Amino acid sequence: MSGFTGFALRRTVSAVLTLLALSVIIYVVFYATPGNVAQITCGPRCSPEQVHQVAQQLRLDDPLYLRYWHFLQGIVAGHDYSTGTSVEHCPAPCLGLSYQSDQQVTQIILNKLPVSLSLVLGGMVLWLLLGVGTGVLSAWRRGRFTERALTGLTLAGIATPAFVIGLVLMIVVCGQLEILPFPEYVAFSDDPEQWMWGLLLPWVTLALAEAAYFARLTRASMLETLAEDHIRTFRAYGVGERSIVGRHALRGALAPIIALNANDFGSAVGGAVLVESLFGLPGIGQELVHAVTVVDLPVVVGMVLVIGFFVVLANAVADVLYAVADRRVVLA
Amino acid sequence: MSLVHVTDLTVEFGDLRAVDGLSVRLEQGAALALVGESGSGKSTVASALLGLHRGTGARVGGSVEVAGVDVQRAPDDDLRRLRGGKAAMVFQDPLSSLDPYYAIGDQIAEVYRVHTRVSRRAARARAVEVLDRVGIPDAVRRSRARPHEFSGGMRQRALIAMALACEPDLLIADEPTTALDVTVQAQILDLLHTLRQETGMGLLLVTHDVGVAAESVDDVLVMRHGRAVEQGPVGAVLGAPAEAYTRELLAAVPRVDAPRTPSRASGEVVLEAKSLRREFGRGKKAFAAVDDVSLTVHRGETLGVVGESGSGKTTLGRMLVGLLEPTAGEVRHDGHARVGVNPAVQMVFQDPVSSLNPRRSVGESIADPLRARGERDEKRIRGRVTELLERVGLEGAHYDRYPHEFSGGQRQRVGIARALAADPRVIVCDEPVSALDVTTQAQVVALLGELQRELGLALVFVAHDLAVVRQVSDRVAVMRRGRIVETGPADEVYDNPRDPYTKQLLAAVPALDPRIAARRRAERREVAVT
Repeated sequence: MSGFTGFALRRTVSAVLTLLALSVIIYVVFYATPGNVAQITCGPRCSPEQVHQVAQQLRLDDPLYLRYWHFLQGIVAGHDYSTGTSVEHCPAPCLGLSYQSDQQVTQIILNKLPVSLSLVLGGMVLWLLLGVGTGVLSAWRRGRFTERALTGLTLAGIATPAFVIGLVLMIVVCGQLEILPFPEYVAFSDDPEQWMWGLLLPWVTLALAEAAYFARLTRASMLETLAEDHIRTFRAYGVGERSIVGRHALRGALAPIIALNANDFGSAVGGAVLVESLFGLPGIGQELVHAVTVVDLPVVVGMVLVIGFFVVLANAVADVLYAVADRRVVLA
Repeated sequence: MSLVHVTDLTVEFGDLRAVDGLSVRLEQGAALALVGESGSGKSTVASALLGLHRGTGARVGGSVEVAGVDVQRAPDDDLRRLRGGKAAMVFQDPLSSLDPYYAIGDQIAEVYRVHTRVSRRAARARAVEVLDRVGIPDAVRRSRARPHEFSGGMRQRALIAMALACEPDLLIADEPTTALDVTVQAQILDLLHTLRQETGMGLLLVTHDVGVAAESVDDVLVMRHGRAVEQGPVGAVLGAPAEAYTRELLAAVPRVDAPRTPSRASGEVVLEAKSLRREFGRGKKAFAAVDDVSLTVHRGETLGVVGESGSGKTTLGRMLVGLLEPTAGEVRHDGHARVGVNPAVQMVFQDPVSSLNPRRSVGESIADPLRARGERDEKRIRGRVTELLERVGLEGAHYDRYPHEFSGGQRQRVGIARALAADPRVIVCDEPVSALDVTTQAQVVALLGELQRELGLALVFVAHDLAVVRQVSDRVAVMRRGRIVETGPADEVYDNPRDPYTKQLLAAVPALDPRIAARRRAERREVAVT
């Protein structure tokens, strides 16, 4: 694949620019708000001295662009915070300090990220298998009972909210049948087997909610491909239906699946709040909701940036996969 | 036993009877052409030979026997063995007829393995062998290319290679050269001819182009409305047609060797191009689609611009009307340098389907130039549009109808009416008849000639079809790779071409007489310049 390095370089630059733009918007939205930013940042229980100290830490006397520049410096080079008596060092990708929990934002995110990634990656594998599989089956069995039944099921899947699916699963599987214990998150590094059992229901829940969209998209794009001229060629040469559907039609449907998957993966990292809450998973989504509720600005800003990072990353990967799936795509 | 034996075939799609009681026979090794205009049912017959209507909802009646297989009653497995194994099909559009995602060699190997129990490696080797056989240079390497990396002619060769892979007894070619340039068409027809001589396979050619049939087959069957009009040896049917429709069809075919009565051109120059150049792309990828082209168009005359795909003729046409800005050079209307679009220079587009807004009535489309000029009086607009509709051979009552209610030829008439609405002095026609059947084509060409005489219009007629261009043009410019290689009075350019490329083009035009076609084929081997 010629020109790949150049493409990767250009794509990285544009990803960085996107994130920079995002960071400017986020920063301005949250730190240029009317009201006492120091008071908000510190939290309602802070004494006037503490608020004063936070105001100094945030350099509220500096103009906004200088403060933003400082924020960027922290991400690239790290930052030192004095807490009055001692100095705390916040290493390189420093997204700031949560004054409400006295923790570094980077650390908070690093604690939550493995949970979210475990959930979303596992869910993604399942939703792809389930969704694309259903779509292929519908396209293959088009016009027959199987297709109609699957179409009905898919519609039901889209109509049912994730937490309903999850709740029903939990009640039936853990409560009544007692096949699995009620899910509890165990880190992969602690015990891979428990990690898997604990995440199984969340994965299934997330996958069932997402798979319906993939099933619809796969079916529609495959039917479109099946109507194309090159399919007629292979029919006219005696190629069997299984090969026509599984090899030629599915290949034609890959591009939109890749695109949808990139979007869904990116947004699920920060957006699978319902599933996280339902199963008590301490992930990014839950933490973000919490941070927003208590107006913990540094945490909100940091998390939005990290979620943005995953959306941008997922789309960059999708671009590369596009080009691999379809050689006519010129990487530019 | 005949290779193909079709008796009383009928094919119905819903209420439409596409094929109506057709009987055809083709002996081993013989070649037959099904000739007809669009909607005559010729492609439907071709599909029926391979049982491709099975499972589509079409109702097929009568009996079809191909290479000993009863296509109507054979079980699915037998039918699959017939398809590609004993009878192989080559389709019209070679780009869309191959899977864009797989290497060409792999696609041929896949088809080969359906019919023979061989290893992947052996099938791949067979693919390279047949690609080499149809004249793909460096077949080992090129077999790994995907269809978009091939030119149109190479793709059609690849499809023919796929057909050859299993050494079929019958080759069905459905408009195999319609999407190709005339020189490439000649190469593909020559290839089919050679392959037939060497392998002894039978050929069933489906085409709308009488010339292509004359070049390629022994017998011809003329179809209309799903029925056989006339059938017999190609020389007899084309030389002395017995049926009125065949005569009508032949009369409509433009001849590349027929001189034209010149139009009444005056010396007044209405449109002039000076050293026009147009580049597309930037940096290293920049290329000039049109390069240093100068021409003049006089009042009342027709200038034909002829060239193959990619020669820059459409780009030139768009610059002449002001739809594209030239990179260098200038366009002058009536002696003045052009500023913006000028209502006096109008355009008629190739595809009458996509160049009309499907959601607006044709009357509204024709009224656009009037409204653009500031006309606000609805009554006057309606009156003028009605007049224009009648002028181009439609009815005033058609004002409120929508494009899909019209046939291709009628839609092109609407396009012409829209161009006339602005009272132009020049109309640039970009492939105005290439999407139309020959009889419709002849009518539209006649209409353009009539309008030219009555209104003193100057026409720039851009087309790839050498015969049509000769039929309409007073002067001709031959384009190649963005440049004009030869220009002059039409009869001079056609009868005594000086440029080798013009000679090559003219040698590639299919002849209506099979004897002349055979002679041309021999000539082409000699003038094979690149």
